[in-house]
Parts: sequence; structure tokens; C-alpha cells
Amino acid sequence: MKKTDFVVRFAGEGGQGVVTSAEGFAQANAQVGYHVQTFSTFPSQIRGGPTWTQTRISNQPVLSSGDELDVLVAFNEYAYQAHRDEVSDTGVIVYNSEAFDLDPDGKSFGMRFDELARSTGNARAANMIVMGALAYLVNIDQKILEDFVTKRFTRGRPNDQQIIESNHVALGLGRAEAEKSGFSLGELADPIPPGIDQSLINGNQAIGLGALAAGLDVYVGYPISPATSLLVWLENNLTGPGKFVYQATSEIESITSIVGAGFAGKKAMTGTAGPGFSLMGEGLGLAWMAEIPLVVADIQRGGPSTGLPTKTEQSDLLTAMYPGHGDISLPIIAPGTVEECFYAAIHAFNWAERYQGPVVILSEHMLSERNQNIPKPDLGKLSVEERKTYKGTNGYHRYESWEVSPMPIPGSPGAYVANGSEHDGMGDTTHRPERHIQMTTRRFSKLDLLKDGSYESENTDAAVAVMPWGGSKGPTLGAWRQLAANGADIGWYYTMFLNPLPDGLVEELRDKDLVLVPELNFMGQFASHLRSLGVNAQAITQITGLPFKESFLLEAISQKLQEAGISQRETATA
Amino acid sequence: MTSKNPEYDFKWCPGCGDFGVRRALEAAIQRRVIETETPMENNVVVAGIGCSGNMVHMLESDEQPYGFHGIHGRSLPIAMGVKMANPDLNVVVVSGDGDFLSIGFEHIGPQAARNLNVTAVVMDNGVYGLTKGQSSPTTDLGMVTSSTPFGKIEDKMNPFQTYLTMGVSYIASAISSQVRPMTQMMADAMDHPGFSIVHVQSPCTEYNNTYDVLKGNPRKGIPGLAFDIPDDYDETDAESAFDMASGSGVPLGVIYKDTSRPTFDQRIEEISQKAPARSVSALLDGFSI
Ligand SMILES: Cc1ncc(C[n+]2csc(CCOP(=O)(O)OP(=O)(O)O)c2C)c(N)n1
Ligand code: SF4
Ligand SMILES: [Mg+2]
Repeated sequence: MKKTDFVVRFAGEGGQGVVTSAEGFAQANAQVGYHVQTFSTFPSQIRGGPTWTQTRISNQPVLSSGDELDVLVAFNEYAYQAHRDEVSDTGVIVYNSEAFDLDPDGKSFGMRFDELARSTGNARAANMIVMGALAYLVNIDQKILEDFVTKRFTRGRPNDQQIIESNHVALGLGRAEAEKSGFSLGELADPIPPGIDQSLINGNQAIGLGALAAGLDVYVGYPISPATSLLVWLENNLTGPGKFVYQATSEIESITSIVGAGFAGKKAMTGTAGPGFSLMGEGLGLAWMAEIPLVVADIQRGGPSTGLPTKTEQSDLLTAMYPGHGDISLPIIAPGTVEECFYAAIHAFNWAERYQGPVVILSEHMLSERNQNIPKPDLGKLSVEERKTYKGTNGYHRYESWEVSPMPIPGSPGAYVANGSEHDGMGDTTHRPERHIQMTTRRFSKLDLLKDGSYESENTDAAVAVMPWGGSKGPTLGAWRQLAANGADIGWYYTMFLNPLPDGLVEELRDKDLVLVPELNFMGQFASHLRSLGVNAQAITQITGLPFKESFLLEAISQKLQEAGISQRETATA
Repeated sequence: MTSKNPEYDFKWCPGCGDFGVRRALEAAIQRRVIETETPMENNVVVAGIGCSGNMVHMLESDEQPYGFHGIHGRSLPIAMGVKMANPDLNVVVVSGDGDFLSIGFEHIGPQAARNLNVTAVVMDNGVYGLTKGQSSPTTDLGMVTSSTPFGKIEDKMNPFQTYLTMGVSYIASAISSQVRPMTQMMADAMDHPGFSIVHVQSPCTEYNNTYDVLKGNPRKGIPGLAFDIPDDYDETDAESAFDMASGSGVPLGVIYKDTSRPTFDQRIEEISQKAPARSVSALLDGFSI
């Protein structure tokens, strides 16, 4: 039987071409219709330091980065030692024998990456040597990679042809070396091209692009991993008259300046990660209180404090919901895939404009750096909402009603005071109990406008369900499918609209005996939120700084079911 | 909006310097509306938290500007967002010495470097009024306040030296009891292309009554610290400005004015000429497989 799935990890030091190899390999295969996904971890140091990137290629949609490695490409001995245990029983290790050598072990073979590259006349072709070898191992047509090289290096420069040729030679050399080694992993099944236009994009780019498609005018941010790439991408692409993108001096400046821009009628946004999000608490409370539309992307990393800047975690949910003091509950959209990153941005702006307040896009390190093929969004089909602005004369009391009301924009009649202190109808500060009651009710009732989110549900009759959130969606879906295939009677629920939850979902979940929530944090944050809503939810947690593996979840879910004494038609085995 | 709004229950104490500042601010905005033939709603007053920030609710004119009463210390970045969203607006910050020079201090330098085209009116009473009399950066060294029972420990900040060092391109000094020159300075500051600060000695009759100290009181034999900047003073000369800021007493008038630097919105506009708008569909096509 042909392989349907191929997982390769490139491990070495920063600067050795680890990421370019992985992404190049993904791109080449995506071009012929394979589904691809990459996953990266970075060293926190700037140059060097251990780093690895994993590429998964399949003829089916890829749900997670893959539990076991078919191939480990080790650029140095440390990488070999650190990752060899994750190679599957039938897997192969390709290592750079210029960096270190091994006795033959029936599993590994060495190639002199750099020497081979130099022999092509192009010292930078080492990653093509590697790709050639990989292609041989799973019998990928050499032409796929050659076409990819030709496309990538046709850049209208005088030496294009020379570079292309040397890289073609490098692919051939790598292939020949692998053939010499005698190893093979069989044949990767032909791709099943999806037959639709596709994009290869990472999570932060998808958020940036979605924001542009939603009509973003103003973006102010402060560099912080893993949100920096969003700032940098928008610095380059949010251009033209009337647009403003800027690196602020702190997250306090970022949030308060977009509060000002939102007040002045613009679609405004900032992006950050944990430490910056903490600094934004007071500004977010202001936006909630003064009813200013804006969007904040929190690209989560490991916390608390400076935490784990380059690792993935889902531990900002509660702070995203309650970032500030006082009665406040921020709308949250947490994308679970790269594709959802794009649509999460659109929905976030629609929500912000509709309810006139701040909305959080809660993404994650693992999505921010993940390159994945997604169906190309049809820009013509997007529904983009605009703010209801006030068009009348002066003397208007913006906050007078008990529900959302048209918003005056400076420069047009209808002047009022946007106020972070409790206020009356015209925005003047007041301490009257009846006003605090009215305004608090008004602010919370606006959340009812945001229950239009959709959710996924399968096998809804089952008494037990799994419901992951964010980036844990993929591995959980993989595990759930295996459980279901093994006969387990277990339901599937998922939504990216975490607060408020879509209409009807909580009611469905309340009917369950047990809802299992895989999430990457210690406290079981989403599970505890669901319990506060009357759902019998239990978390399955992991705090390694890495995404879940399907195999881990398979076992953990099965065990939870046993603990809970819930009888299944057949006990699923992990 | 006080006179029309019984719900609004904050009042300045009798004799508070902020009354005079209000008269000047209203007059300066009125004048601008008439002179530039722009509607009142093109003006936005961004207020900090303090007795001073309550200004935004206490304007009495029939026609009101837009207001933003935000959070303590953040009026400058809020003002930046408003101004950059719509550079046609006239944006004025009203702030106190605590709001502007203590918690909000970090925002002065960056706006000076950008030359953000807004005007900040700082009501300096050398004390935290709203929280009932704690020390502020401009409280005198050694002064006993509710939070410095044995005397203030830090040196008093010299705001003019601070503004000059940071590169604020328009710096004026006023006293709340002299409304006419203060109005002139505010109007001038709003016309100034760049970041302008009108720093007003606005005594707090409740916790730090400095009227006599500033204006002098012959009956009590107090000489008075405030003096008018002489007519032949050259406010475009940075060196003279440093001397003026560093001398004894409180100079009244325009201390420094530099009109040679582009404003922040002009700089951004220049960039947008260099970087033409990109269509979303072209960007999306760039990711096509
Ligand atoms: C983050 C934060 N810290 C503290 C306060 C409490 N607070 C309100 S006004 C103020 C100081 C006001 O002093 P100043 O800015 O000089 O204004 P004044 O009342 O003297 O006009 C303080 C500390 C607050 N509102 N927010
Ligand atoms: S406490 Fe001082 S600053 Fe505040 S209103 Fe009274 S006099 Fe004015
Ligand atoms: Mg004060």
C-alpha cells in the first residue's frame, strides 16, 4: 500500500537553512496538489541555537503536524541526539556527515551536505541536496522539485539560469546519495488535487490579510514574539492614503492610540502577545466602557510573565475574556486553523463595528508560524460590516438608550464625550446608581448581538463529547476520528467563537454527561468557563510548550471516559 | 456641559485656577472656529484624569467640541490615534501635572520626536488635586503633602527644561489668572505645525495655593516668581530658551518655537506617497500555490 502521509523534521541550528528547507519542501509539494503543513519552533537566541521545523505532506487535509517522524534530517549531532527518539520504527535519519559521523545502525545514512553543495558551484544549495534525498526516499517525482526550483529562482536577474541549474544538479546529487544508501520508505500516494484555487499562507499573514479584507485603516503595534511578524507584514502592506501603520513605544501606547483612532471613525487594530496584552488591560477596559470599536490580536505564547516567548500555549483565554478590572467580558474569536485565522479577522471587525467595542482574536504561536495550504478565500463572497454612524444634528446623546446606538464621528455633528468614567446619555461623568445600572446593562446586552457564530457538531446524540478550542482543534479532530472509527460513541463540538458562544451551543453542551476539553494550559481555562455556564466540562491539559499529539489525546480521552465510568459501545484503544 | 446637566456632579473648588484655563480654552477654540471657518465638531478635547481633566465636561459654550475622557496619563496616545485617524481635526489635550508629568511622562518624548500636531494644555498646580493633595513631580522639594508627611524627597521637576530636552517644538508658559495672554498662547499653539504645549500655572486653592508665591503679595512682602518674558526675547533660539527655562522664577510667554520640522501626519503622508496602496486581491494572489 502506498503511504498517504509523510512527516519530515529538519533539525539543526538557526542559520543552517532548517526553515527554508522545510518550507521549500512544503511549497514544492503543495504546488502539485498535496496538502501540507509546517510547524516550527525557534531558539530564543538570534543567531544559532537549536531549531527545528517539521513538514507534513499528505494526500488528505492535514490536521496536525504529525506524531512520529518518517524522516529526521539532522544538520548536526545535537539535533540527531535530541530528535532521534521521535523517528518511527520504519523511519530514516539523514544526517550531515561533515558535522559528525555515526556507525551504521540500519536506520541512518550520512551525506556531506555542504561539500555536495559546493560541487554544484553553488554553496547555498545544501537544502536542495536534502530535498533531492527526501524525494527519493518516498519516490516523489524529481520534476516536482525541479519545477519548484525553476519557479522560485526565476526572478528576472542575470544569474537566474545559473542558480536554477546548480540547484537542479543539487537535487540530482541528493537523490543519487539516497539511492546509494539503500534506504526507502515506499511510495507516497499521488496527490488528490483539491480542484480549487489554493493559497499557501501562515497564520499571522492570514490574520493580516483578513484584517485588510475587512477594511483595516489603522494598526499600531509593539514588537513581541510571536506577534511581531503581523506588525512587520502590515508595515509593508497596509499602505496608501488614509492608512496608518506604526510601531509604538509600548503596548500601552498601542492600545490607547487605537482607542483614539476607533473613536475617530476608523477600523483600528493592534497585535501582541501575553506580556503586551497584560499592559493593555486598562486600555481595553476604556474601549469597553466608552464603547469604541477595535480589534486586538493576542498571539499566545507560554506564560505567565515573559514566560516562553517562542513556545506555544493556550493560557491567555481568561485574561482575554477579563483583561481589566470591573464588570467586563470581551468578545473572543479563537481561530483553530490557518484558514480560520483569515475569517476570524473578518468576523472580529464585523463584531467590533456591530457592538461598538473591543474584540480579541486569540491566536497562538503554533498557528502564527504554520504554513498551510488553504482554499483561496473568495473576496467577493465576504460580508464586511460597517459601523452605524450618527447622521443627525447636534444635541445627540450617544449613550442614552439601553442598547447599541449610532455613533457620532468627530468632524460631523453629534459631539459627545466618550468617557471611561461611568456616564450619562451625553457622556458626562455621573455616579447615579440608576445610570450605572443602565449603562452596565447596555454594555452587556450588546453581547447578545454577537451570538451569530457558527459551530461544528457531530454525533450529537452521544452523552459524551470532545470540544477543543483554538489550535488544539486539529489534533483533537484526528484523535476523535480514530476513536469514532474504533466504535467509541462520542460527540464532536468545535467553534472559534468563544465569547459569547454561538446561540444554542451551550444548551446542547449542558445536556451532555461530560464534555472533554483538550487545551494547552495548566488550569483548564476553557473547561472552567464552560463549567461556569453549567456544562459538565473537564479539561485535558498539556504544558510542554508544544501542540498536542493525536496519540496523546487518543489515550487521554479514552482514560477520561474510563475514569468517568461512561460505558462505550466498545472501548477504544490508543 | 454642567450648566445644562444636573446629573454631572463634579465641581471645581472656589478660586481653582482651572476656571481661568477654561475661559481661555473656550475663547481659543471659538477663535479658531471663526478664523479657520471650520465647524466646532472639528475640535476634539482629550482629557486626562484629575480635577483638570474634568474640563472636558465643563465647557459652557452652546456649541461643544467632541470630548474624550480617557484614563489617567494616556491622553497623549489617545490624541495621537484621533489625530492620525483624521489629521483635519484640531486635537487638544487637557491634563494635570500628575497626569502629564508623572504617570503620562513616557508619552511626551515620543510625541516630541514625531512632532505630533496636537496641543497639550497642562494645568500645573504642583499637587494631585483630585486624589486630595499628594505630591506631584512639580511639588517643591521638602513640601509637606498628604503623601509626604516629612517633606517631599525628590527634586522638583523643571517642566520647561524637560520639554526642551525632549524636542517639543512649541512651548509656552501661562498663569491661570491672566486669561487674555493665555488665550493668545493657546490659539498660537493650535496654529503651530507640530507638538505644542501650553503649560499653565493653575493653583489649587485647596491643597497648594500658590497665587501669592507666583504673583507676589506686596502686603505680605512676597515678591512673586512670575515675570513676563521680555519683548525682545527670541523664542526661535534654542539656547536662549534653555537659559530662560533654567533661570529663576516662572517666565510667562512663548519660551520656544520651532516651525522647521515636518509634523507627524506630514511624515506619514510622505511615506504613503512612496508606498502606494495595495489591493487585497493582489496581496492574496501573492500567496497562490
Ligand atoms: C491608573 C490610575 N492610577 C491612579 C489613579 C488615581 N488618580 C486620579 S487623578 C490622580 C492624580 C491627579 O493629579 P493631576 O494630574 O495633577 O490632576 P489635578 O487633579 O491636580 O488637576 C490620580 C493619582 C487613576 N485614576 N488611575
Ligand atoms: S482640589 Fe484643587 S485642583 Fe481640584 S478643584 Fe479644588 S482647587 Fe481645583
Ligand atoms: Mg495637579
